[in-house]
Amino acid sequence: MLRFILRRSGLALLVALTVSFISFSLLFLSGDPAIAIAGESANAQDVAAIRELYGFDRPMLVQYGDWLWSALQLDFGDSYYFRLPVADLIADRLSVTMTLGVCGILFALLTAVPLGVIAAIRPNSIIDRIALFLSVAGQAMPSFWFGLILIVVFAIKFRILPASGADSWRHFILPTIVLGYYAMPAIMRLTRAGMLEVLSADYIRTARAKGASEGRVLFKHALRNAIIPVVSLAAVQMGFMLGGSIVVESVFALHGAGYLAWESIGRNDLPTVQALILVFALFYIVFTFLSDVLNAWLDPRMRSS
Amino acid sequence: MTAIPDAFEIVGPTPAQQLRKRMFGHQGFLIGAVILVVLVAIALLAPVLAPHDPYAQSLGDRMLRPVFMGGTWDHPLGTDHLGRDYLSRLIYGARVSLLIGAVAAVISGVIGTALGVAAGYFGGRVDTVVTFLINVRLAMPVVLVALAVVAILGGSLSVVIGVLGLLLWDRFAVVMRASTLQIRGREFVAAARAVGCSTPRILLSEIMPNIVNNLIVVVTLEMAHAILLEAALSFLGVGVQPPTPSWGLMVSEGKNMMLFEPWLVLIPGAVLFVLVLAINLMGDGLRDVTAPENRN
Repeated sequence: MLRFILRRSGLALLVALTVSFISFSLLFLSGDPAIAIAGESANAQDVAAIRELYGFDRPMLVQYGDWLWSALQLDFGDSYYFRLPVADLIADRLSVTMTLGVCGILFALLTAVPLGVIAAIRPNSIIDRIALFLSVAGQAMPSFWFGLILIVVFAIKFRILPASGADSWRHFILPTIVLGYYAMPAIMRLTRAGMLEVLSADYIRTARAKGASEGRVLFKHALRNAIIPVVSLAAVQMGFMLGGSIVVESVFALHGAGYLAWESIGRNDLPTVQALILVFALFYIVFTFLSDVLNAWLDPRMRSS
Repeated sequence: MTAIPDAFEIVGPTPAQQLRKRMFGHQGFLIGAVILVVLVAIALLAPVLAPHDPYAQSLGDRMLRPVFMGGTWDHPLGTDHLGRDYLSRLIYGARVSLLIGAVAAVISGVIGTALGVAAGYFGGRVDTVVTFLINVRLAMPVVLVALAVVAILGGSLSVVIGVLGLLLWDRFAVVMRASTLQIRGREFVAAARAVGCSTPRILLSEIMPNIVNNLIVVVTLEMAHAILLEAALSFLGVGVQPPTPSWGLMVSEGKNMMLFEPWLVLIPGAVLFVLVLAINLMGDGLRDVTAPENRN
């Protein structure tokens, strides 16, 4: 188990390093970053001064090493736009995104797991059909459009929920539904498939044969086994969702890290964008790492692969 | 003496006939395929079908309502904030969505299939490298990276297609790798190797035909994915640029008038939803009918 964790964290580190290099290279995609910072009215001298000030005249790999070394100490440089340390900006906004992510995954689990279980107990029933419809529709639903519809219905038509902002828990209800619905179909399908498989297993027949109540069979024996892959999928989905919250945050004007990313892209604020790509990637890397370790802990066969 | 036939006669339907029968018996596949064919036909025939020029502004006719909300048949789905005919823009928007979806799926399909088949067939170090690349790709936040790159390079149809094509190859690589792993140990591959077939030949005429079903399924699902992403990028203002009629852009333009004219947002979003739903239904259906374990 320890060997598995060591090997798996080595992989996670390598992936993180590669992603950090890619997000750093984005700066050079635009050609000369000094010209971008100097703005349109700058002359050649200004550009040269900025180039020297920011160190753009050094070889790219040296700059990357420098940037990475600072990043390891949580120093991502200053935002071109706010003239403030990027790390502080992100730390400020991250709590909103984290709240949204946690609420979203909870919403997804609380709707998807019961639906998946009922759908598996009663295949082809009306609930199974509704669950199937919800999951097929969820995969085709453009999240920005779904968000706007919820705003039209709940904020404009019935005026029961706020359309934008993050001042109270009521502001998080609609974004949570949109973000959660995005993760729901996969979780529901996996719950349903897992329950169907487990329910036909021998030990379920044994449990029924020895006279265990149906509720006990379902929850104590079946669900406990079917839920394992669901938990690790939820961890991976959580990593995806944080990265995907950029769309939801911009629809609901929730000023989280995703919104910051969107604003910074519009303002050509590359240090902030670089840092955010790395932060979101790290979230995904950490969550998949946790999910793999959880899997390996629960199922020794996973440790060798 | 009984006559011995010189050749075995094929009894019953051929595999192709069986596949066709399963496809026409699958409700989801049929619904998806019919909707998709209709939308593709609309996109191809856009110049014939569109009642107006999708770019023609008429500031006197701004935000006319659709016919079912008290408008006239001159503009069946009304006009947008610049007085452009909404139905015509929707029809031309189908071209944008389908083009981006199809081309991006082909680009990522080529990249992902090459990586996945190589990893599955050669194994060893190649597999390690490809698996690592897949891990890196999965860790990159797609929307954020696509937004950043499109913003830096400038939003245009070809940039959006290129960026999505370069970002969405992961599922191809995962599925093609797993499918190749299943095939490479089979007797006919060993036989081909034994008679001295070259590696490219084995890959193209022994491996590929056996995994192409899975490939087609992933192509459809990734096409839907690319269409949704393009719409999201354009909605965020960093995708296809105005005045190109993109459905995501139409939703974004209608957003400001949402308070009074919600149909401006509802109509393009609904069409986008139907297109993606149709492609997904077709992809799921294809998976059902081509997977051997689902055959009775």
